[in-house]
Amino acid sequence: MLIPHPLLGPRDAQEFTYLGDAALMNRPDPAAGEDAFCDHVYLRGNPAGVHRELWFHEQGDRSWLVVTRNTLTHEILGAELATDVARRSE
Amino acid sequence: MTRLSGHLVDTARRLSFTFDGRAFAGHPGDTLASALLANGVQLMGRSFKYHRPRGPIAAGSEEPNALVTLGRGARAEPNTRATVAELFDGLEASSQNHAGSLQRDWLAVNDRLAPFLAAGFYYKTFMWPKAFWEKLYEPVIRKAAGLGALSGLPDPDAYDRGYRHCDLLVIGAGAAGLAAALAAGRAGAQVILAEEDFRPGGRLLAEGGLLDGRPAPDWVAEVAAELATLPNVRVMTRTTVFGAYDHGIFGAVERVSDHLAEAGGGVRQTLWRITARRSVLAAGATERHIPFRDNDRPGIMLAGAIRAYANRWGVTGQRQAADPVAIFANGDDGHRTAAQLAAKGVPVLGVIDPRRDAPNLGGYETFAGATVTGTRGRLGLTAIEVTRGGRAEWLDCGLLGVSGGWNPNVHLASHHRGRPVWDEARLAFLPGPGGPAGLIPAGAAAGQGGTAEAMADGLRAAAQALGDLGIAPAPVHLPAAEAEPARQEAFWHVPGKGRAWVDFQNDVTVKDIALAHQENMRPVEHLKRWTTLGMATDQGKTANVTALAVMAELTGKAIPETGTTIFRPPYTGVSLGVLGGGDTGRGFRPTRLTPSHSWAEAEGAVFTEVGAWMRAQYFPRPGETHWRESVDREARAVRAAVGICDVTTLGKIDVQGADAGDFLNRIYANMMGTLPVGKVRYGLMLREDGHLYDDGTCARLGEDHYVVTTTTANAGTVYRNMEFARQCLWPDLDVQLISTTDAWAQIAVAGPRSRELLTRIADGADLSNQAFPFMACGAITVCGGLRARLFRISFSGELAYEIAVPARYGHALMARLMEAGADLGVTPYGTEALGVLRIEKGHAAGAELNGQTTARMIGLEKMVSRKKDAIGAVMSRRGGLASETRRLVGLVPVDPGAGVVPGSHLFAADAPQDTAHDQGWITSACFSPHVGTMIGLGFLENGEARMDEVITAANPLEGTEAALRVVSAHFVDPEGGRLRD
Amino acid sequence: MRFSGLRLVKEALTGHRGWEPLWRDPDPQPRYDIVIVGGGGHGLATAYYLASVFGQARIAVLEKGWIGSGNIGRNTTIIRSNYLLPGNEPFYEFSMKLWEGLEQELNFNAMVSQRGIVNLIHTDAQRDAYRRRGNAMRLAGADAELLDRDGVRARLPYLNFDDARFPIKGGLVQSRAGTARHDGVAWGYARGADRRGVDLIQNCEVTGLRIEGGAVTGVETTRGPIGAGKVGVAVAGSSSRVMAMAGMRLPIESHVLQAFVTEGLKPLIDTVITFGAGHFYISQSDKGGLVFGGDIDGYNSYAQRGNLAVVEDVAEGGMALMPMIGRARLLRSWGGIMDMSMDGSPIIDRTPVEGLYLNAGWCYGGFKATPASGYAFAHLLATGRPHETAAAYRLDRFARGQLIDEKGAGAQPNLH
Repeated sequence: MLIPHPLLGPRDAQEFTYLGDAALMNRPDPAAGEDAFCDHVYLRGNPAGVHRELWFHEQGDRSWLVVTRNTLTHEILGAELATDVARRSE
Repeated sequence: MTRLSGHLVDTARRLSFTFDGRAFAGHPGDTLASALLANGVQLMGRSFKYHRPRGPIAAGSEEPNALVTLGRGARAEPNTRATVAELFDGLEASSQNHAGSLQRDWLAVNDRLAPFLAAGFYYKTFMWPKAFWEKLYEPVIRKAAGLGALSGLPDPDAYDRGYRHCDLLVIGAGAAGLAAALAAGRAGAQVILAEEDFRPGGRLLAEGGLLDGRPAPDWVAEVAAELATLPNVRVMTRTTVFGAYDHGIFGAVERVSDHLAEAGGGVRQTLWRITARRSVLAAGATERHIPFRDNDRPGIMLAGAIRAYANRWGVTGQRQAADPVAIFANGDDGHRTAAQLAAKGVPVLGVIDPRRDAPNLGGYETFAGATVTGTRGRLGLTAIEVTRGGRAEWLDCGLLGVSGGWNPNVHLASHHRGRPVWDEARLAFLPGPGGPAGLIPAGAAAGQGGTAEAMADGLRAAAQALGDLGIAPAPVHLPAAEAEPARQEAFWHVPGKGRAWVDFQNDVTVKDIALAHQENMRPVEHLKRWTTLGMATDQGKTANVTALAVMAELTGKAIPETGTTIFRPPYTGVSLGVLGGGDTGRGFRPTRLTPSHSWAEAEGAVFTEVGAWMRAQYFPRPGETHWRESVDREARAVRAAVGICDVTTLGKIDVQGADAGDFLNRIYANMMGTLPVGKVRYGLMLREDGHLYDDGTCARLGEDHYVVTTTTANAGTVYRNMEFARQCLWPDLDVQLISTTDAWAQIAVAGPRSRELLTRIADGADLSNQAFPFMACGAITVCGGLRARLFRISFSGELAYEIAVPARYGHALMARLMEAGADLGVTPYGTEALGVLRIEKGHAAGAELNGQTTARMIGLEKMVSRKKDAIGAVMSRRGGLASETRRLVGLVPVDPGAGVVPGSHLFAADAPQDTAHDQGWITSACFSPHVGTMIGLGFLENGEARMDEVITAANPLEGTEAALRVVSAHFVDPEGGRLRD
Repeated sequence: MRFSGLRLVKEALTGHRGWEPLWRDPDPQPRYDIVIVGGGGHGLATAYYLASVFGQARIAVLEKGWIGSGNIGRNTTIIRSNYLLPGNEPFYEFSMKLWEGLEQELNFNAMVSQRGIVNLIHTDAQRDAYRRRGNAMRLAGADAELLDRDGVRARLPYLNFDDARFPIKGGLVQSRAGTARHDGVAWGYARGADRRGVDLIQNCEVTGLRIEGGAVTGVETTRGPIGAGKVGVAVAGSSSRVMAMAGMRLPIESHVLQAFVTEGLKPLIDTVITFGAGHFYISQSDKGGLVFGGDIDGYNSYAQRGNLAVVEDVAEGGMALMPMIGRARLLRSWGGIMDMSMDGSPIIDRTPVEGLYLNAGWCYGGFKATPASGYAFAHLLATGRPHETAAAYRLDRFARGQLIDEKGAGAQPNLH
């Protein structure tokens, strides 16, 4: 696979380490309690289709990316810096 | 036999080779199969199940029958298709899968037993007596199964891998591929043209046709010559594109030296990963046969293959040149073979064609409305039975060509699970939707099989690709091809008694398909799995579509309703050697060396693998005969004097920024933001699920500057997780991270005389307990001005420091410390002594922090601060974690001479030893020079309340058991006085 | 019809005219007592044991494709019970015992071959961890044996002992482990279930779950609605998709695992070998193909295919371990969709919807579990109580913190 890095252009997926669902960025408020953290840590939408997911450019510039990819076809619809996504959602 | 005229073989040069020990001669340009056929050899192999005698049916990589072992010894390569093995001088080939000689294979008894070996027979028997399966049935089956044999010796050859990128990858250099490559090449696109054959041209070399009135190979040569002059075009022959992967990535294997007489001189094969913006699949088509009774004898081939052998190699497949040749075809294509053979003077018996209106292209007899209903000839064809209007007659025949139409080679188009689509007009599956993005099928692979159509389709595909890429096309003139009659009528098999093979190699007959139908194994995947159809080395290239048609007939459904076939990589077999890319042996994975590696080597250290690192395990001294002597000495030296150890492998992460303290508070379970400048604190890191995953120290070097250390194993993970926290969770914190593991050499200097030693190199720095107390840190210089970082931390429980210098000085620092401390008894120690010292001190390490444990289990739950949030803090308080009762304890044997074995399970002294009564396990153990016996650490239920209890450590795996006393995990200086002195 | 050598002889002599269909192709009834969603190994085994052991009737198995089209037909056929944790080991040992009598029970030769497994050891720490595991196996009544380097060498002389990046220092052996013919297992259970009256309905995709008042009452399918007293879902790879129809989110991600087979070769490797340091495992099939695999590709996928990087990684591992296979050719590769759970262990449990039960989360290890999974799921469906060996496989163990994490990798499925 090729990941379209927003700063570096297309990069081989082997340069990256995969984490999973981009919802892992939405860490609950500590006051939200155990249930909210359990949902956050363990439950996944796991869609068959478009999936927003986190990839770390470990053998590269060390940025975390949010990649939008179709899990049925592996087609990649976009990638952006996770920092940009995180700042936007704050 | 003399070659027919017009071939492409260099008969001026002679190549010697052997087959089953017999010497033969061939010529450059030959394949092993063409050379054997030229020598009148038809019999080349045996089938998988019935051990039927077989000869080649094809002239390309789809060959299911003529499998041989090439070479010998460690270079023996089994299951090689004689039809693609390029002849070289000295080639040695041997037949395989027979007991006795190829001619007299006593396993052919299976053929006599065929009624008992019908599809799926093994699922129905061999069940009694139960023990006989592994002891009798299975060994017998295994011995008879398999095809060729591996030598069992390490592959002596080198392999390589490489990466190539292009605008357009053209797969196949036949009519369509050459046209596409030429068009794209002239337009200036970066083009790779990959061809599995050793010579470009594809079927243009085999068809015997004219282009602009000249032999087609001449045009091929012109195009190849032009492509060779274009700097933007790379032609890769002997290169099979075997798989289409995501985002335009293709796997290809180039056979670099398989065809050379000098084996192993360089790289044998290269694995290419080709990334292409667009691709043209011009892989051609594979002819299919028509099953009829006894259709598998040597001397029965695909009609198109006979045409190829005649035109390209100048050979025919009879054993004697005078043996008559017949063709059995359901379409005009087969007639073309007959006409060409006749024109070349080959004795042609005629064309048997089930069509009542079968044509005649001249020079042979047409048996219209006729079928072949039987054959004779044990080791090679001698006669065929032709049935017309219910009347059968036997005719002498030495070679029979069969033509049942052509299957486009859609494989790569369906590697992404897009299913091929049935085209009733062309009687073929064509590439369907859902193929790899950017892949354009063209030519025969797209159902455009005629020479003129294929070339035009290649141009069209190139134009489409260039359009997509925004590259302006350049004009290409295509030569005029002759008209090629191509009418055909669906005719899938000749019904009747006897066995009619569908899948030659795996011996699947029409009857087997009927049996699968009868037993309700009708879905195409059930059919394949029940009968093994299509599972042979040709992956069903010559069988699957025919089988589907037979099943369709049995179910009364149309072919597309019966199913499709899908394909998975690889297109043809790929050697595991080349897939591994040559990274074998010690080069399998990168090796990381510590800065003092060569120094340790010179000191005679024994090394051990620690993840990717090589670390000094211990330093044997003259006279020491057992590793324990060395390790005990090293550990004692640390407790009594001073030892030095390279601990560079511990992860080091520089954390800087105004919010660094706040950030670290969120990363560590314990409070870190309150750490004063110039101080170090031990820290615990949790996963968000509340489990412990790493520990280490955090040093505050300046107001906005911290250094985090991690365990060796988790250096990468901790850094990644910290970056995740920084970028994804808290992007607004002012904090920057960088891994400095490789930038600093870090040396542990441990033992009561460590201060004395360090003072000697510390450029006058005050290291007194007042000036530089336990858990102090700071920047100093050493050895006359070399910048260094000093940390007063201890893993051993002794007065100890870790000193970091720029990595390139690590070697020199070790040497200087040894020199400066000679009179102090300075002793280098390795990972074994390090382990002993930390077990004696009760420090948790990898065996205790194994990802399954919690802060509570190692007695540090109080470190998980409730005053602040940190990763994992909330989840660490969950019921299941909070109610965990196992605790880290120390263990000593009741009998001082007894062993303590890590991995033993712990039981109350009188408890039954089973899963239900299991109370924990021993994580680590060693001989403790300090205690004088073996000691261990382990997790034990309610361990903290069971001090002095005698428990049982059970090791049924190795048949040992020991009575152990539960003690504090801190065997050395539990009050911690020594490290504070 | 009973299968036997005698029967085979009789049929061979009479033109095989007497063989009956292995199973019927019934049309779905309007209602069943128990509907199993998923005609893979676990679903078929569940139906078989419901009918044969637990005396249940009116059972249907709904399969969206053909019987055995899921991971039961796409795996490396390994059976073993070499687990560490008390939540797992008794279950897999129960499964092993069922394997040992399976063919006689099913009257179908699934070619269960107890050829053994060797897990190679490369470091002292790994030896300690394997000793802990081997002891856990022994304490649960399974067999296990620890070999030193010489012991491994005597048994597997063709491994790379002299030039290895990660030297072999020993091995943990389970002799009762081995392989089984994967399709044969599916077919054996299917035939057994069919003979006991279970309706196996192929080409019947479940498109919805009918839930009324918090209880399941049936399923919607591509072949019409089907009423059900209880619904058991056993659709590894698609668990999240199906359970989403009940509004549930699962602690599961779908990942692709590739597997590989070479062209047929004469007998070469007589056991199962795993090379943890190189992400590689291998055995040889009765037909002669070397069957091998490695790590999952590592990203969420429902595509049933993987990528080249992992193919290379696996082949590299193989060549590093046993350089004698360099001239064997890869014949076929395939990808299966794995239900990767958050602790690497499965789920066999009821759900918050009454009458709806879930069997999921098998990661890449579901094949070996097939008999026990079917048995335990049938036990749960029939009695409402978990089977004693599967009591830990609860859906709420994640929230409660009672994880069964063999690898200690935490809530990251691609690390399990």
